[in-house]
Amino acid sequence: MTTTKHETEIAADPTVPLIRIIREFDATPAQVFRAHTDPELVKQWLGPRGLEMEVLTFDCRTGGEYRYVHRRGDEAYVFHGCFHEVTPARRIVQTFTFEGMPEAVALETLVLEDLGDGRTRLTAESLCDSFEGRDGMLSSGMDEGVIQGYERLDELIARGEAD
Amino acid sequence: MAADPLSRVFSALADPTRRDLVARLASGDATLSELAEPYDVSVQAVSKHLRVLEDAGLVTKGRDAQRRPVHLEAEVFDLMTKWIERYRHQAEERYRRLDDVLRGLPDDVDPIPPTPPSTGATP
Repeated sequence: MTTTKHETEIAADPTVPLIRIIREFDATPAQVFRAHTDPELVKQWLGPRGLEMEVLTFDCRTGGEYRYVHRRGDEAYVFHGCFHEVTPARRIVQTFTFEGMPEAVALETLVLEDLGDGRTRLTAESLCDSFEGRDGMLSSGMDEGVIQGYERLDELIARGEAD
Repeated sequence: MAADPLSRVFSALADPTRRDLVARLASGDATLSELAEPYDVSVQAVSKHLRVLEDAGLVTKGRDAQRRPVHLEAEVFDLMTKWIERYRHQAEERYRRLDDVLRGLPDDVDPIPPTPPSTGATP
């Protein structure tokens, strides 16, 4: 019997500003793909917890574009990008920009692998345009504790170097 | 070398010898010659690796002028692991919601929606 590995795996590449996420699903590639291309489905799962997702544009075809907002009270975080390549049930390549940092852009590649028996392995890679951008993405959506964490790390490192 | 702290830590740990040094220091402080002993490389080469770990804030050298034992700064290591774990946890939460969405989809669903919808709204 095969078991689906549900826990998300993550890797941050040390040599290029990349984050890679791997996750398996008890669903066919067509189902997983549909949940990424149909805005009515996307908004049910993509947004962070506690934030409401509103889709403004979502044309998931090669050459299409998207724009959406995550809202919580008065806060609004807008994201946009374009779909560079959309191969049904197989691959989506898209750009990704947080409008709060309009000059930064990441290239995101989603690949679905058919594991048979109605199972799919998803690999999502985000290639950022700088290590700072990658680390910003890693710490995005995190609360003050993490920013304090950054400050603590700076302190710890400064202490080590001063030694 | 990358300027920001997290990238320095990642780069420092990209090398298998340095990961091995970190693993050995996790069980206790050691001097340069103790650390160099099991490797088939010069003390100078190990010293170079230690310098990279030191620049990343992962290790410090003791004040004892004779021995200068190398000490692993476990806090730095833990902080980095925590960030990544939180990011991973967020992704896992997202994908559990996706699991729920997928359970509601028919087996023979089209991979793409019938018409490319656009709400045309502005924020």
